[in-house]
Amino acid sequence: MSGHTDEHADPAVAFEAAKLGVWTFLATEVLLFGALFTAYTVFRMKYPEMFRVEHAKLDRVLGAANTVVLITSSFTVVLGVDAIKRGKARLLEAYFGATILLAAVFLLVKYTEYAAKFHHGLYPSTNLFFSLYFMMTGLHGIHVLLGMGLLSYVVVLSRRGRLSASYYTPAEMSGLYWHFVDLVWIYLFPLLYLIG
Amino acid sequence: MTGNGQPETEGNGRGYLAERGWRSWAFTLDHKRIGAMYLWTTIFFFLVGGVFALLLRVELLSPQARYFGNHAYNVFFTLHGSMMIFLFIIPAIPSGLGNFFIPLHIGARDVAFPRLNLASYWVFAAGFLVIIGSLVAPMDTGWTFYTPYSAKSAAAVTTLSLGIFLIGMSSILTGLNFIVTIHKLRAPGMTWHRLPLFIWSMYATSIIQVIATPVVGVTFLLLAAERIFGVGFFDPAKGGDPVLFQHFFWFYSHPVVYVMILPAMGIVSEVIPVFSRKPIFGYKAIAYSSMAIALGGFLVWGHHMFTSGMSPLANTIFSLMTFFVAVPTAVKVFNWTATLYRGSITFEAPMLYALTFIFLFIVGGLTGPFLGALATNVQLHDTYFVVAHFHYTMMGGTVMGFFAGLHYWFPKMTGKMLNEKVARAAWALIFVGFNVTFFTMFIVGVRGMPRRYAEYLPKFQLENVISTIGSAVLAVGILLMCWNFLQGLRKGTPAPANPWRALSLEWKAASPPDTENFHEIPVVTEWPYGYGTTKA
Amino acid sequence: MAHGTGNPRRTGIAVFVALLLLTAVTVLVSYVDLGLWNVVVALLIASAKASLVALFFMHLKGESRLVWGFALFPIVFLSLILIGTLADTMLR
Repeated sequence: MSGHTDEHADPAVAFEAAKLGVWTFLATEVLLFGALFTAYTVFRMKYPEMFRVEHAKLDRVLGAANTVVLITSSFTVVLGVDAIKRGKARLLEAYFGATILLAAVFLLVKYTEYAAKFHHGLYPSTNLFFSLYFMMTGLHGIHVLLGMGLLSYVVVLSRRGRLSASYYTPAEMSGLYWHFVDLVWIYLFPLLYLIG
Repeated sequence: MTGNGQPETEGNGRGYLAERGWRSWAFTLDHKRIGAMYLWTTIFFFLVGGVFALLLRVELLSPQARYFGNHAYNVFFTLHGSMMIFLFIIPAIPSGLGNFFIPLHIGARDVAFPRLNLASYWVFAAGFLVIIGSLVAPMDTGWTFYTPYSAKSAAAVTTLSLGIFLIGMSSILTGLNFIVTIHKLRAPGMTWHRLPLFIWSMYATSIIQVIATPVVGVTFLLLAAERIFGVGFFDPAKGGDPVLFQHFFWFYSHPVVYVMILPAMGIVSEVIPVFSRKPIFGYKAIAYSSMAIALGGFLVWGHHMFTSGMSPLANTIFSLMTFFVAVPTAVKVFNWTATLYRGSITFEAPMLYALTFIFLFIVGGLTGPFLGALATNVQLHDTYFVVAHFHYTMMGGTVMGFFAGLHYWFPKMTGKMLNEKVARAAWALIFVGFNVTFFTMFIVGVRGMPRRYAEYLPKFQLENVISTIGSAVLAVGILLMCWNFLQGLRKGTPAPANPWRALSLEWKAASPPDTENFHEIPVVTEWPYGYGTTKA
Repeated sequence: MAHGTGNPRRTGIAVFVALLLLTAVTVLVSYVDLGLWNVVVALLIASAKASLVALFFMHLKGESRLVWGFALFPIVFLSLILIGTLADTMLR
């Protein structure tokens, strides 16, 4: 039923293949978010005054805090991958666990932001700025959630003893994905919260 | 090619088909089985989409909306287009024949990510099930789903959007798999310039799939968001722009026509040398032209939008780019013709379809510049001229290429030979039926008959009746071809490993191949086009 | 694979600190009205942060040309959809 391949038996090739696969996937994500960034640019150019007024309704401090949270979570991923490269599975689990926790904090902050917006009668349908705000941060938030799932899966693998200094591909690859999620926020934050 | 010179014939002769039971298919990791499942599925939707086409042609017998009415007609052309595009023509060659033959062509045992490959199929299945589910309130917007109508339509737009999103994801995962496979799993000695041209075209296709599909995914996401959350990107009442939908939609949907045509061109590049017993002329030109088409195809999407109110600058640039993108295609046609020249040509079914491709695609391709020129576009946009243009390229091109591939590789995939006489008879019906159906559309299109209407001016009736008769002939031909396939499956004579005396690696494997493709991974020392030399 | 470029953890910490600093800078600058320059500065800082993440956290530094190609390729198309759409919407 399964097709065993000679090439897959070579771990170096398998690792490089996985890496190319993840970068290809990230390319699709660039275009996915890219279309939204295009919509943002189109409407910002069309309605500069409205954007200036509306963006001030976002909480810059919370946005900045979330940025710090995500950057830190990227850092803990780096530490986790570094740990498993040195064979330290428990340390990997600790760092990835911390990452998942930070991701949860991120989502919690977003939840409070959304709730506050709704409370003030600001919905995706209110105006184009908030359409963009909710769509872009919403899509990003879904990616954060999926990333949490991915990282949890890596922790499970590690707890089952499947990762080591000679095989840590799942950790490295989920790490790449997580950094990308961080990257998108690095652009979302100034575009939505900071630019007047 | 060196390595084990004898074709591999081990086993009970059933090869990868030996294991039985639905689980051996549903949970298979074998690229050949996954490819076969895609082929069955896509051919099924081709036939369903074809039924909708026949319903359209019946309605068009009369200038009034006499038989089904306007709304039903609108649903029919929407379903015809959507099914043909999303459920047949995009996946058929790449996910069907591509899955089956890419590893064989490069001397690998499977694709880079077999489990992802299986997931791609099931995501595709989820997609078409959701799309079928949306038929409770079928769309009548045309396959292009333009806003504002699609945002307001009472049809199951959100459900359909989800379905198309899933189909797109399947497409992306397949493209991703193929890109990594081609980079990393080539057999020793299989340099880039010894790859079969089918692989070059599949590589270019996969790049398009990976880059373009996410944009249409987001487009449908935003359409669903308009309906669910009241988001206003495409709604003028909220300051949005319906033309923005078109930009996003066509940024994918133009490159996707190259997803459709490139694999078929790859098949033609394989078949022509075999049945001319001549090396392919201009291998590198054909290989690089595939890449040029893939990349150039991203520069022209606005040519679908010339009458939408785009800025003059955008109109001009897109028109100019459209003329450029024809060049690499012409390179291919030239090289195929040069390959044929002074070849020892035989006319088995694969060759008939490959030659048909070249002829019909030239017609379709040449009618493209009429649409790409701004002044004539104003006259021809949304007329039957466009309908004829894309049917000549997509059906006269891709579908004929697909049929060529099916006939060419049928012995390899099934271990059986097809009845050649019936195959040629079916081809003749298809060729005549196709041209009668679609050539008339150029004529009425230029004379002003608009597309997507159940009613038309009485002066167009004669051509429409002729076209409908043609569609009946075409349908008979296709059914005959399908019947031939089924007969071949059940009682075809056993096929040798290499019935066409071809040189690419798949012919070194048994017919049908074993699950592991090759006993030993071959070592490649030359390109697969040494026909007419002492080799072949 | 692991590349022995000194102490990877030390590099990681340095990049992390740099990212935090750049975040602080971009937030502070946003409180100052520089007109259109706010946009430029914000995007430049964002790109600097993104580059740090890509080069160091995502290990692009030291990767093969092939991987670099995969990483940069989509940016070309992102620019394309942006420019193509804006060539229409901004000039109508």
